[in-house]
This record gives sequence, C-alpha cells and structure tokens, in this order.
Amino acid sequence: MDTSSIPSSSGNVERVNLDVLDEIIRQHGAGSGSLIPILQKAQDAYGYLPKEVIERISRSLLVPSSSVYGVVTFYAQFRLKPVGKHIIRVCHGTACHVAGAEKITEAFARDLQVADGETTADRLFTLESVACVGCCSLAPVAMIDGETFGRLDGRGVSKVIKRYRRQERKD
Amino acid sequence: MATAEKTKILVGLGACGIAAGAQRTMDSLKQRIDELRMDNVELGVSGCMGMCYREPLVEVTLPGKHSVVYSGLTEERVDRLLDEVVSKGQIIEDWVAKADDMAGSEDAFFEKQHRIVLRNCGKINPENIDDYLEVGGYTALKKALEQMNPEQVRDEVTKSGLRGRGGAGFPTGIKWGFCAGAPGDVKYMICNADEGDPGAFMDRSVLESDPHAVLEGMAIAGYAIGAKQGFIYCRAEYPIAIRRLGIAIEQAMERGFLGDGIFGTDFSFKIKIKEGAGAFVCGEETALMASIEGRRGMPRLRPPFPAIEGLWKKPTNINNVETLANISWIINKGGDAFAALGTEKSKGTKVFALAGKINRGGLVEVPMGVTIREVVEHIGGGIKDGKRFKAVQMGGPSGGCIPEELADTSIDYDSLNRTGAIMGSGGMVVLDESTCMVDTARFFLNFTQEESCGKCTFCRVGTKRMLQILERITEGKGREGDIELLEELAATVKKASLCGLGQTAPNPVLTTIRYFRDEYEAHIKERKCPAKSCRALITYKINPDICDGCHVCHRVCPVDAVQGDKKEVHSINPDLCTRCGLCKERCKPGAIFIE
Ligand SMILES: Cc1cc2nc3c(=O)[nH]c(=O)nc-3n(C[C@H](O)[C@H](O)[C@H](O)COP(=O)(O)O)c2cc1C
Ligand code: FES
Repeated sequence: MDTSSIPSSSGNVERVNLDVLDEIIRQHGAGSGSLIPILQKAQDAYGYLPKEVIERISRSLLVPSSSVYGVVTFYAQFRLKPVGKHIIRVCHGTACHVAGAEKITEAFARDLQVADGETTADRLFTLESVACVGCCSLAPVAMIDGETFGRLDGRGVSKVIKRYRRQERKD
Repeated sequence: MATAEKTKILVGLGACGIAAGAQRTMDSLKQRIDELRMDNVELGVSGCMGMCYREPLVEVTLPGKHSVVYSGLTEERVDRLLDEVVSKGQIIEDWVAKADDMAGSEDAFFEKQHRIVLRNCGKINPENIDDYLEVGGYTALKKALEQMNPEQVRDEVTKSGLRGRGGAGFPTGIKWGFCAGAPGDVKYMICNADEGDPGAFMDRSVLESDPHAVLEGMAIAGYAIGAKQGFIYCRAEYPIAIRRLGIAIEQAMERGFLGDGIFGTDFSFKIKIKEGAGAFVCGEETALMASIEGRRGMPRLRPPFPAIEGLWKKPTNINNVETLANISWIINKGGDAFAALGTEKSKGTKVFALAGKINRGGLVEVPMGVTIREVVEHIGGGIKDGKRFKAVQMGGPSGGCIPEELADTSIDYDSLNRTGAIMGSGGMVVLDESTCMVDTARFFLNFTQEESCGKCTFCRVGTKRMLQILERITEGKGREGDIELLEELAATVKKASLCGLGQTAPNPVLTTIRYFRDEYEAHIKERKCPAKSCRALITYKINPDICDGCHVCHRVCPVDAVQGDKKEVHSINPDLCTRCGLCKERCKPGAIFIE
C-alpha cells in the first residue's frame, strides 16, 4: 500500500491512502481527456488536491506536474488547501447581488469570524462566494453543503449558523 | 388495476422547489400516504413548472379529472391536501395556482406564454422515460431516421428559422450544414450546458425537467451532421441536472433510442456527460472543447471554425441546450409551424429566467416579438413592494441594461441589439429604483474581469482598468473625465479582444452610461448615489419622530455605532457605522432610513 503524509482536516499529519486515487485513474483511463474527471473524483475523495495526489496523477498520465497545476489553478472548482467540514457558498449572481448578497457574505464572515474564501480555525466552516445557483426567485441565497437557504437576511444567517453549531455539539 | 384509476400526485423537485422545501413535502407525502394506506395514490417527481415564486408546487390529478396545481405546498399543508383533495375529491381553491378547467391564482403568469421548449417541464417525471414516450417522445427521431435523409432534416430546421439560443443567434440549420459538409468520417456533436450567465437558469430547468428532449435533439442533430458521438458539457454546479441526464441516457440506451442501430437503421449515436469545473469562459465553444480535451479552457482564434476543426481536431457542431430542446418539436410539427411564431427575423419562442425585483419570478417562454413590458408587467406581475420599474438587465455579463423608457422594445434579436443590450441566453433581471446602475456595471465588470482567461491583453488588463475606475466612482472617488475614459477603454476592449468574453464585456458599462449618465455624474460630481445603494455615499439615520427607544438597533449593531438609552430616541454615529444594514433590517417601527 502506498501512503503519503498529508495534513488531515483535524490538522494532524495522517497517512493517506493513494490506492483510492489509483483506482480512480484506472477507471478513467490515462488519456489526456481524463485529466479533469480524475481531478474531480480525486477532490471528491480527498476533499482537496494534496501535492502527493497531483504528483501521482502527473506520473500516471504522463503529463508534467506543471501542466496539472496549470489546469488545477485555471478552474475555480479545484482547491489546493483543505476545507472545513461544511462549505458555505453565498450566491453572488445578478439577482442575489441586487438583493444584497454582499451583506449576506458580510454577515457570515462576522458570525464565523472568517474572511471570504477562508476556513474557520475549528475547521468546521469554509466561506465561499459563487455565481448563480439557480434559485434566483429566492434571492439572496446561500448553499450549505447540499442545502439551499433562500430569502436570507442578517438574522437568518445567524439562525442558520446557530443551527449548524448546535448540531455539531450534538455529534 | 389500471393506473388511470389512480390519483396521480407529482411534486416539483427542481432546484428551486427543493430550496423552497419540496423535498420535505415529498417525504411527508410518502410517509402519510403509507401510514394512511392510500393504495390508489401514485406519487411521482416532476421538474420545474416555472412558477419559482410559488414553490413548493404539487400537481394532483384525480381519476377522470383534470389536473390541478397547488402552490405553496409546504409539509404542514400535506395533511389537508390528502384529506380534502385526495380522499374527499374537493378542491382547495385558495391554493390553486393553475388548473385546466378552472381559474387559478397564477393564470396571468401563463396567459402570454407559449411553451415549446418548456412543453413538458413540470408535467412529466424526468426520471421515467415512459412519461416522455407518453407525450410523443422520440417520435421525431423515428421520423427523421425513417422518413428523412440528413439533408432533409437540416432543411427543415433551416426552414424553421431557428437561431442558436446560446447567445450569438446563428441560424442552426445552416450551422449544421457546415459541419455536415466538412470532410472527415469522425464528427462530434456537443451540447453546451455550461450556462455561465450568473443570473440565468433556463438550461438547468430544461435539463432537470425534460432531459430526454435534449437527448432527442442531440441524436437528430447527430444524424443531420453525421456524428456518432455526442458530449454534454454541463456545469458541475448543477448536480441534479447531471444526475437526471445520466438516468435519461441509461434509459434511452436500454430502449434503443441511443446506441447502435437506432430504430433498426444503421445510425448509431452515443452520448457522454462531461462536467465543467467552474470557468465562465468554458461556455465559449473553443474553450469548451479545450476543456473536454483536458486542458486549460482558453479560447482560440477562429477560423478554423469548430465545424471544420473542432474537438480533437475533428469537425464538430455545438449547440445550446435550449436550441436542441426545440428540435424534436420542429421535426414533428414542421419548420413552417415554428416559423409561424415570432417576428420576421426571429422565429419561435425564447425562454427567460425572470428574476430580480419582480413579483412573479420564474421561468417563462414567450413568442418572439412580445415586448419587455409585457413580460415584466403582465407575466411578472410588476415590481416588488410597489417600487418603480427602472430597467431590465438582459444577456448577463455580455448584455446590457435596458431602461424603462424602452420597455416597449420587442423581444427579437435585432430590436434588442439596437438598444445596446443583447438577447443573450435568457437571463432577465429586473431592477428597481433602489438599484444603482453604476454598481450594476461594476458588478458585471468584476465578474468578467475575474473570469477573463488572461490570454489577450485587452481583455485581461482592459477589464481590470475599467473595474478600477468603476470602483472608485462607487466609492465616491470618481474623477472628472472618468466617464469618457471608460468609453474609450470600452471601445478598445471590444475591438481588440479575441473571444466573445472580452468583445462583449464592456456592454454593461456602455449601456448604463448611455441610459443613466446622470447617475454616473451624480456619483462623480456630487458624491451622491441617487439609488442610495453605494455604501461610501450613504448614511444611516434614525427618525426621532418614529424611534420608540426599543434599543434593538443598539443590541444588534456589530460595531457599537448606535447611541441612546432604552426608551430614549437613538442615533447613529456615522464615523463608526459600517452601513451593514442590520439595524434597519431589525427596526420594528421602521425608524431607520438611508440618506
Ligand atoms: C464567454 C462566452 C460564454 C459563453 N457561454 C455560453 C453558455 O454558457 N452556454 C451556451 O450555450 N453558449 C455559450 N456561449 C456561446 C457559445 O460559444 C456558442 O456560440 C453556442 O454554444 C452555440 O450554440 P447555439 O448556436 O445553439 O447558440 C458563450 C460564448 C462566450 C463568448
Ligand atoms: S443569482 Fe443567486 S440564485 Fe441566481
């Protein structure tokens, strides 16, 4: 078994199994058209794209790692840093913008004490901005993991965060 | 027992329905139907009915009766629905949004619509191919393969006058002809489902609600151009659409509507889904193909056009989701029937994602030639909270703002182009008096500047410079001559950029300057934001006649900018205030105002 040390989401160094990645590569084949799907599946599996994963992909697909990084940094979807347990995506599409999306991001940032694009110190939440999530009639909208919250305001944001915090304490 | 004797309940599970709680409605219906042993009820999923503002929506069809769509059907309303409607066969009139044989609260929303692309949306279960077959699904593919040769198919589409719905409006039949005529045995057919306009969701709704219509359109296009392999490039932000497309492809393969030797002919066609990875520029056709090939999604110069040299250097045809969803209708009803709708040069219908400061936001499909005003005021029910209609933004980052004075403009390619905006892919965001037009321009420039792939200097640096100027204007630091500078930069960026992203990026700025120059001037010369929206130019104040000293504003202010003791009139210290608006949001008597 081939393992590499990468920081886990708890901040400790942990041995991570690259077998998962090898299986993903095997399923997609090593053609150049597979690079993006492999990166997507690898990110699903590891939560982000650690250096070891990128290097392994580079070697398996015979694509220089500089080119893999080129692709990874071009697309907004890929991350090179671990994320929090819950990802908060505040919509900044047109409808949400005119409905005050900026204030929603600000409210999350204030309640969580974290800047846009960053992860909280306890690694529970990552705050991001995205373009239209397709629920414009509920603007302003935020998505937390798979769940959508519409017609938000400052108070709504506080309520949602409280709910997640309460849930965390229970778990 | 025949299914016709069963009561059919369909829950609209599109992304907006789910956001409004439709999944909980579904779960609760399932549970109650089980508990009450209602064996004669068939519960199913449907897609988007278009009335996003009335979600969750549930359609009930009693045996032998017309269907009735109930709106606002949250889980708390499930019991009453099952009891009164399903068991007792009554109608809860207050909840009826739409029904075939009676008036519903939302009839005005549908009156001026004409649904071709959305014909099945919200009416069929997108996860069940039988539902699609029941409404005539795949008969157009059969007709094309058995009764027409590829040239006849292309001619029919040319005759319909259908133009690409992805933004550029190129005649579809003619484009197919280019690819069909290109030398080479291996050709590809791509469906562009990247939908990048950040205020639009037409394609998403079609994919979620009627995926087979898109597959059928692709197969017919594949036949017409001589392609055996199709790709759907769908943005990863649309997980429900991707899942339903996957199910649809599998079912169509099983039934032989896709695969080898379709309908016993020698035509074979397969479809693969490719997930985007979050880059707006990948909606541009050459960038999209680079992305499928596994590279950075950067556009390249055309010619060679994709029809000659496309994916993996093979002749490739690329069409938008909505374009393709029209195809089976055209083949079945004929190009003439399609051409009978619309204006002289813009045929058929167009789907719009109606959003913003509007009462009835949702998905609408209108014949070309209706006016913007009809869409906003009649279908959309006018502006929210009785505010003043200011403008509509059409075409997203490539489009522009059309002011209320021009709201009687007909919705067709040429009339819209004349305003400086474009038809675009279908985003229509309504703006009211509280929207600042300089800020709207800044918003779009910020978007295009971030999404510029960086390949050409004019787009990369030009949009950045324009953004910086817009930012300083909204921050109250605008300078004399900034408007002229913006115009000059805009002209250069338009002229010198390689792809459509840069060529159209200045449109939101140019249209707002053209129609709202006075707003720019107020920001620059008087340091005022007439819409009272730009933070650096406004102050929050408390009206002492209304303030009852409840102290809530003091409690919620994150920066302690509110002064005053309980039961006394409060005031806001403008030097501390960050204009976050929390106090105004929470002030019950409404004493806080913006100046
Ligand atoms: C920056 C940019 C983004 C685009 N995004 C999309 C998109 O999201 N969806 C789409 O169908 N077309 C998009 N297009 C247009 C495509 O390049 C292409 O014209 C279209 O897919 C052709 O299909 P149609 O003829 O059916 O419209 C975009 C173009 C540019 C320049
Ligand atoms: S703009 Fe936010 S959901 Fe569309």
